[in-house]
Amino acid sequence: MPKLKIEDLQRIRDEVKRTTLLREGAHRARVNVHMGTCGISAGARKIVDALLKVLEEKNISDVNVTTSGCAGLCSREPMATVEIAGQPPVKYVDLTEDKIRRIFTEHVLGGKILTEFALALGSERTHL
Amino acid sequence: MKPYRLNLMVCAGTGCVANQSYVIKEALEKEILKRGLTAEVQVVATGCNGFCAAGPLLVVQPDGIFYCLLTVKDIPHLVEEHFLKGRPVAKLMFTPPAEKAPIPKMSDINFFNRQLLIALRNRGLIDPTKIDEAIGRGAYTALAKVLTTMTPDQVVAEIKASGLRGRGGGGFPTGVKWETCKKAPGEVHYVICNADEGDPGAFMDRSIIESDPHAVLEGMLIGAYAINSDQGYIYIRQEYPLACERLIIAIRQARDYGLLGKNILGADFSFDVKIARGAGAFVCGEETALIASIEGRAGEPRQRPPYPAQKGVDGKPTVINNVETWANVPLIIEKGADWYASIGTEGSKGTKIFALTGKVNNTGLVEVPMGITLRDIIFDIGGGIRNGRQFKAVQTGGPSGGLLPTELLDLQVDYEQLTEAGSMMGSGGMVVMDEDNCMVDMAKYFLTFTQDESCGKCTPCREGTMRMLQILERIAKGLGREEDIQLLEDLSHFVIDCSLCALGGSAPNPVLTSLRYFRDEYVTHIRDKKCPAHVCRDLNVYTIDPELCLVKGHGCGVCRRQCPDNAVIGEKNQVHKIDQELCKKCGVCLDVCRFDAVKVA
Repeated sequence: MPKLKIEDLQRIRDEVKRTTLLREGAHRARVNVHMGTCGISAGARKIVDALLKVLEEKNISDVNVTTSGCAGLCSREPMATVEIAGQPPVKYVDLTEDKIRRIFTEHVLGGKILTEFALALGSERTHL
Repeated sequence: MKPYRLNLMVCAGTGCVANQSYVIKEALEKEILKRGLTAEVQVVATGCNGFCAAGPLLVVQPDGIFYCLLTVKDIPHLVEEHFLKGRPVAKLMFTPPAEKAPIPKMSDINFFNRQLLIALRNRGLIDPTKIDEAIGRGAYTALAKVLTTMTPDQVVAEIKASGLRGRGGGGFPTGVKWETCKKAPGEVHYVICNADEGDPGAFMDRSIIESDPHAVLEGMLIGAYAINSDQGYIYIRQEYPLACERLIIAIRQARDYGLLGKNILGADFSFDVKIARGAGAFVCGEETALIASIEGRAGEPRQRPPYPAQKGVDGKPTVINNVETWANVPLIIEKGADWYASIGTEGSKGTKIFALTGKVNNTGLVEVPMGITLRDIIFDIGGGIRNGRQFKAVQTGGPSGGLLPTELLDLQVDYEQLTEAGSMMGSGGMVVMDEDNCMVDMAKYFLTFTQDESCGKCTPCREGTMRMLQILERIAKGLGREEDIQLLEDLSHFVIDCSLCALGGSAPNPVLTSLRYFRDEYVTHIRDKKCPAHVCRDLNVYTIDPELCLVKGHGCGVCRRQCPDNAVIGEKNQVHKIDQELCKKCGVCLDVCRFDAVKVA
């Protein structure tokens, strides 16, 4: 194995940080995919997969992708809630992989709410 | 590398491993595979989280959901509900005693949120067997800093300014020790990490090594750079197999990366470490005895001065610091002496790790800022006394510390205050006792340990502790004499003043402090031949309350059948009675009676 130089430390740190940052609970935004039985059967797993793939592609480590139970509106699944620190959460419904990609790029990263996919603003927060 | 949505941090400290945490980890991995979550959910084995009473533990990040007392049976449900469907499982969360609602988040549990982690900064957050994860959390940054921007003198000055003191017990200022060693003549200097943690019930050092071995290696590297040493030793006891294993892995990985060896990080600095294994002799935690053991001689202390900083291994100047001390060093360098010195009290800076054990609800390992009160540690973090009993005393500083009473609960924990109270910081053991503990018995217990571990080289320690133990034993048997208290005090001072090393110099502390704060108990034992806590069984008298025996128990006869000495007399369904002549005071009757009819006085 090659011996490390000082700049290698920084490189390893950056690489590892990408995958371990979430362990420290630090995040600026959270995308919560609703994964009740209804959500799962409507394809919520694909939404989670798509989100994780975007995180990887764009090399983003401070956005937290989580899952939660059924949001209660089973007919509009798959659903996801986007929570950005200091802003009211937004619930998106009838998701597809393309939609969640757009939501991620435009809302989570760009800060612009995609009203055409959104169900409502300022719904209940997930308190854990 | 794709980031994982969830990190399942399975505690793999010795405590949790003993509680089957590796089996839990395996079950989790199996279930996650079954549910097709392998790409999203990562299982990580970490070092000790400290909350050993609740093990096996699992912390789910990034939300910090804390699960405890897990069993393999819980795993399928947990994986389906929480990791697949996102519904945290309340019944597996921690519920504080006397409360009903579980606390989901680790950061909301008093045991954790009152702590300040410096030496244990990476506990529960990294896999200790992966150097990359340690580097990801900042390991070896401080080493890079000293190699590129600081002279050895500046490093010593920084440690001096931080106010860091030895965490192994002595509390000697670390920077001063380094400076003395640096100035000592000779080409060859050594550094040693003292991981011979011998106090019963204490596991601070083991836990640091098990959860973050690179913190110790980095501290030693910085120390070696400061005093111009190229060889170090880690003296670790053989009874710590997991810590040894993780240390060996860490050393190997550090060597592979060139963080140990020649020209570290490309700089003109070389250093490597050897592991020396101790065989578990308590006295080998004493620095001169430890050095003798490394050199291959019998582990016995010698007179100081010369101190190891002047003449250590093979007569060469040697800096010897404890595991916790070394683990503090990198963060002091990284964040600066001023930052470190802003934590703690006037004379004691930074944090201290305590192993909280005994009759307290949340037993485990806690790192707290110096100056916190005993009350905060025992009642806030420790969750108070078990089974709603009353607090009676706390033994700080391990077997050679002192027993401190209720009146001193608001004592601010630092080196000076503890010494003034007759105890000591020691390595950080903290044994909590309740009203069912007898202070004579506790003093006897701790002295039994130190007497046994006395190496026997010097007479005051070898003979003195033995005579003291004999006196305590006779007091506990009801054979104490009026003059025994005075004799114990005289002997204590003699042993403290005349012993060669700190073992004898501190062994009488439990006797002296219990005499100071619980003198009445000694007097009751000696004059009235009674043990108020009913622990010293020879002083107990067991009787049977005839009414309870007949009315409630209907003369059930369990005590009669269980008594090994046939001292209980009585016919079935009749009142039973204890023949005091035959009774050997074993207390079995008291333990087996379900009607509280057996009384002890």
